[in-house]
Amino acid sequence: MSAAVAGPLAAPAARDEARISPAAHLRHIGALTRRNLMRIKADPESMFDALLMPIIFTVLFVYVFGGALSGSQHGYIQYLVPGLLGQTGINLAMAVGTGLNTDFSSGVMDRFRTLPIGRASVLIAKLVAETCRGLVSFVILIGFAMLLGLEVKTGPLEVVAAVALSLVFGSSMVWVSMLLGMSLRSAQAVQGVAMLVIMPLQFGSSTFASPSTMPGWLQAFTKVNPLSALADACRSLFNGGPLAHPVLMVLAWSIGITVVTAPLAVARFRKRT
Amino acid sequence: MTSTDTAPASKGLAVEVHGIVKHYGATKALDGVDLQVRQGTVLGVLGPNGAGKTTLVRVLSTLIKPDAGSATVAGYDVLRQPKQLRRAIGLTGQYASVDELLSGYENLYLIGRLLDLPRKQAKARATELLERFSLTEAAGRPARTYSGGMRRRLDLAASMIGRPRVLYLDEPTTGLDPRTRNEVWHEVQGMVADGATVLLTTQYMEEAEQLADELTVIDRGRVIASGGIAQLKAKVGGQTLQVRPGRADQLPEMVRCLTEAGVPGAAADPSEGLLSVPVTGEEQLTAVVGVLGTRGFAIASIDTRLPSLDEVFLAITGRRSTPDPADRAVAESRPGHGSQDEDQDGHRNKNQAESKNEKEYAA
Ligand SMILES: Nc1ncnc2c1ncn2[C@@H]1O[C@H](COP(=O)(O)OP(=O)(O)O)[C@@H](O)[C@H]1O
Ligand SMILES: [Mg+2]
Repeated sequence: MSAAVAGPLAAPAARDEARISPAAHLRHIGALTRRNLMRIKADPESMFDALLMPIIFTVLFVYVFGGALSGSQHGYIQYLVPGLLGQTGINLAMAVGTGLNTDFSSGVMDRFRTLPIGRASVLIAKLVAETCRGLVSFVILIGFAMLLGLEVKTGPLEVVAAVALSLVFGSSMVWVSMLLGMSLRSAQAVQGVAMLVIMPLQFGSSTFASPSTMPGWLQAFTKVNPLSALADACRSLFNGGPLAHPVLMVLAWSIGITVVTAPLAVARFRKRT
Repeated sequence: MTSTDTAPASKGLAVEVHGIVKHYGATKALDGVDLQVRQGTVLGVLGPNGAGKTTLVRVLSTLIKPDAGSATVAGYDVLRQPKQLRRAIGLTGQYASVDELLSGYENLYLIGRLLDLPRKQAKARATELLERFSLTEAAGRPARTYSGGMRRRLDLAASMIGRPRVLYLDEPTTGLDPRTRNEVWHEVQGMVADGATVLLTTQYMEEAEQLADELTVIDRGRVIASGGIAQLKAKVGGQTLQVRPGRADQLPEMVRCLTEAGVPGAAADPSEGLLSVPVTGEEQLTAVVGVLGTRGFAIASIDTRLPSLDEVFLAITGRRSTPDPADRAVAESRPGHGSQDEDQDGHRNKNQAESKNEKEYAA
């Protein structure tokens, strides 16, 4: 064999055949993340979800339900918006699976899976890009809510912590979503199941209204619902209040979900035809 | 290059396949396939739709695990050394696998980076291949604006980035118009000239003739013939010479002259205005042209036609190559080899079949 093999390019690859160094993993993830971000840029409509959803939620809930739910719009903004971080995060996360499902039918995944890269790289890169998308949405949501009168009663550090906590929980849900995206047949099926996951978590939580008025069984659910814990934690981070319990609960849930679903998702990645 | 690059390759064979079996429920996609590709040569895998060509390519590129059998590519075992194997191969799948939203350049650059080329080299390689595949002008445009032929070329370029030792091309010209087909053939010939070993699947005898050194004919997951092109052609009965006369009314007279001159099998096809003569060798070809020339017939054009896949099949198996219609529907409706399932009768749903059949690569 001659020219196709020869040349300086093939040499380093061949020397270290099976092993992929940590630096190489990082490079692969970096290159794939860049691809994902370029895709978002090339298809800006795909950002609409991330941008419009929080804005619509804020306006809708504050002006339509605010008076009824908490007596004043201002009071309700302080209650709702911190909880909307988690709500937005989970919605963004669950959309990832649909996209991944579509990716698989395009043949691009075939190409990636015949390249000598770690099998988690494609998924991790997806996670990183989605985290960026989430971050943008959170900044917009908070900025917009502040225009409507949201006050930060604590400090900038607490706001950053609220955003970070929401991102942590969001990324654990990204793994769930990716697993669903690769396990179910069609993009529509993924969307359907995602809704089934999201709905009870969303409305059986303290995000929109205090659970104190809910029936006993629902209260019991909201107590263990990670989205409730996240909403409580973020509210405390914006308005002051008890922190340790909700924060720990969010972290425990996030770690638990990730530990279970991430390996399954990675295994699925190679398995899927 | 160099010693580091040599895998435990055996006897100059780049690809060795033994008894590969892959079943999808009741469908025997591969039912004990054996084949070999010598280093630096092109093997044409010829077979109708549903024969198992794509399944074979997917097994050999570590995308699916076979149920039984073994295969080595560039000296690496597909089951035991998938990671090393992936470094040695390039794949152009049946359906273009370019990222529609990225530009041609970004598509190639990304793959360069994933193949561990430093930024500068990835950039240079992308630029070089865009140039070579005549895509320089379109380099900055998103791939979704490319024509079918441009996508194919981009796909070929993508599979060349890492200078693979073994290239799989799965029906590289199916669905392309004749001009684009010629372009793709030209590119493939260039790759071969560079020394790559190629396994090419096709449904066209003509394509195999153009590109392949040797042929393996498969049908329903089994190899039904293999050997050199000449051997196969001898089996099938060579080519047909097609002469278009300057004046169509001379057809009967031409047939008469040829028969008198001792050339057998000449036949007129008045509806097409063609004279066709089966020829088995050069001498016969020369004889026919000689006879027509000396009798002063005007000839508008002369063409030779290869036996079609159907004729090859008929000669080898005694039946036509038409696969069962359900297979065809599945094969044609799958958009990219991925996930969308067509629940055709007789076939299990793809994902169900998959969860039962696909064993996971532990790589
Ligand atoms: N994932 C799958 N699930 C079920 N059947 C499949 C799958 N992939 C291929 N087949 C079947 O296996 C046979 C061979 O398919 P394929 O390898 O795509 O043929 P070719 O590429 O020669 O057209 C066909 O009958 C096809 O329907
Ligand atoms: Mg095929």
